[in-house]
Amino acid sequence: MAIGEEGAMGAETELTLGPVLFNWRPETWRDFYFRIADEAPVGTVYVGEVVCSKRAVFFEPLYHEVAERLRSAGKTVVFSTLSEVMLKLDRKTVEAVAGLPDTVTEANDSAALWHLSGRPHHVGPFVNVYNEDTLAVLARRGAVNFCLPGELPLTALAAMGNAAKTLGVSLETQVFGRQPLALSARCYHARAHDRTRDSCLFVCNEDPDGLALETLSGQRFLAINGIQTLSHDYLALVAELPQLAASGVRRFRLSPHTCDMVAVARTYRDLIDRAITAAEALDQLSGLGIAAHFANGFAHRQPGHLWVNGC
Amino acid sequence: MATPELTRPELVCPAGTPAGLRTAVDAGADAVYCGFRNATNARNFPGLNFTPEELQGAVAYAHQRDAKVLLAANTFPPAGQTALWKEAIDSGVALGVDAIIVADMGVADYAARAHPGQRLHLSVQAGASSPEAISFHVREFGIARVVLPRILTVAEIKAVHDQIDCEIEAFVFGNIGMMAEGRCALSNYATGLSTNMDGVCSPAGDVHYEEDEKGNLATRLGPYVIDCFSCGENAGYPTICKGRYRVGSRADPYYAFEEPVSLNLSALLPDLMRAGVTALKIEGRQRSRAYVRAVVSAFRAAVDDVLAGRDPALADLLALTEGHKQTQGAFRSKTWR
Repeated sequence: MAIGEEGAMGAETELTLGPVLFNWRPETWRDFYFRIADEAPVGTVYVGEVVCSKRAVFFEPLYHEVAERLRSAGKTVVFSTLSEVMLKLDRKTVEAVAGLPDTVTEANDSAALWHLSGRPHHVGPFVNVYNEDTLAVLARRGAVNFCLPGELPLTALAAMGNAAKTLGVSLETQVFGRQPLALSARCYHARAHDRTRDSCLFVCNEDPDGLALETLSGQRFLAINGIQTLSHDYLALVAELPQLAASGVRRFRLSPHTCDMVAVARTYRDLIDRAITAAEALDQLSGLGIAAHFANGFAHRQPGHLWVNGC
Repeated sequence: MATPELTRPELVCPAGTPAGLRTAVDAGADAVYCGFRNATNARNFPGLNFTPEELQGAVAYAHQRDAKVLLAANTFPPAGQTALWKEAIDSGVALGVDAIIVADMGVADYAARAHPGQRLHLSVQAGASSPEAISFHVREFGIARVVLPRILTVAEIKAVHDQIDCEIEAFVFGNIGMMAEGRCALSNYATGLSTNMDGVCSPAGDVHYEEDEKGNLATRLGPYVIDCFSCGENAGYPTICKGRYRVGSRADPYYAFEEPVSLNLSALLPDLMRAGVTALKIEGRQRSRAYVRAVVSAFRAAVDDVLAGRDPALADLLALTEGHKQTQGAFRSKTWR
């Protein structure tokens, strides 16, 4: 499908910035958001620790400052909750975030849904919303925006879009960055360093884009981020955007990495505004020095590591 | 030792086929769980599972022997394809199953609304690992029992038990995956078949064994090498979360997620029973009848021994674990994490 067909993609399509998934130095994290506030053409910015409650303590003192800076720049700020909630600290962290006054929260686990049901909230990609019935169940309980699971193919998104329109809720999908693939109770960063989660010494902060995992034959396969496992490659949905928009997806999410995220955001904004072609967008992304391949297989109901040309 | 607070737990056993179901019931299962022969259940393997006619016979067989039948409809229908799951729920209710095991909120909501009297269990695939998450499902869908993720210690299970309004079912034996259930797309990433949507993990059609000139055997899932075995080593089935990999900081390959081990909680049975667990679950719908008979019989005897104040004898179960290696996983201690 050519860009512009269906007339679905344009000014009303919003770029969003997902939460930083990695354990960045707090000052790096803060300065990253300051630059996003000043320079990135994104409408909504998700802030909050999604992977490990142990890390949250480093960023909590900075939330207010960062949120204020983003809001002053005209961005909408949404707080994301933990993706896995099991420990007492996890539960306290989720309850605290869900209880923040005058704040929109994105639920990433059904523990957060317990707290947020009955008032407007977002549902994040770590909640299993695979179909229109689940969409309706959660919309009836106050969900207004859904960032869908990464493995949902484009064909399923069309059916979701129709339901979302009827229900008056918006859909969002990740279009850039490493693909979250699994969560665990065990910390694999700690394990890689012969430590346990309780004695991790925050070794995950050595790998700001994740710890690359290679197969025995040297294939670049996965990336470890604490209890989370991601793809080694970076998702890059580019040629797919018009079809996503035609399916009713109104928000495209960029997942933060150490590459120039302002440049990534500008590329995607230009693509949405039809100032550049998909091929040009891909050229620009390829020029960012990312030491990984691009992939888009999930969207095409193919293995997630594959790169499928065109749309 | 027998203590007054010990209640008799239900032994919930796998049934991959009608013959397997009869074997499990005959070996002493209080309940068996099974699924239809399609993507609606999380063990959607060739040659496994039940047609509606087979399930009808199975329910009759089990009920005549005071055993319950639990129907697993515990995958996540992709949008536009929910009819198959609704059909599974309707069939299960019509055939008189004792409970339906669900994971997807849309499926749970459908079952609760269309069949208000039907007992619902929350699958481990729903990943409800906190009192709040469990309570959410109890409140919204009337869930009567939660199957807990295999990531909690016995002490944590006890704490969860005291904070929720439904029964607890806990895994005690079988294959233990390392990723949070219902939240793993690794198989789909490598093969294009999804654990959540298609009900498969490491699909056999994408498994490859390759021997080099020195006799070393590499196992692959899709294009990815999962492990490599030297001559004479017992080559395991390639599952991503049990493979060996390299990272820059380590000189040698290592099991980045977990060694290929099976869960065996037989030694913790008394503790689990005291923690308020209503049902003990044995994994393995894909296993042989001989395996099911051996494991179910051993656990039947062990549970009865504990209730009678005798020491349970379970040493033989080690022979049935994966690679003859066993773990108590997270259940004993949180240092496992």
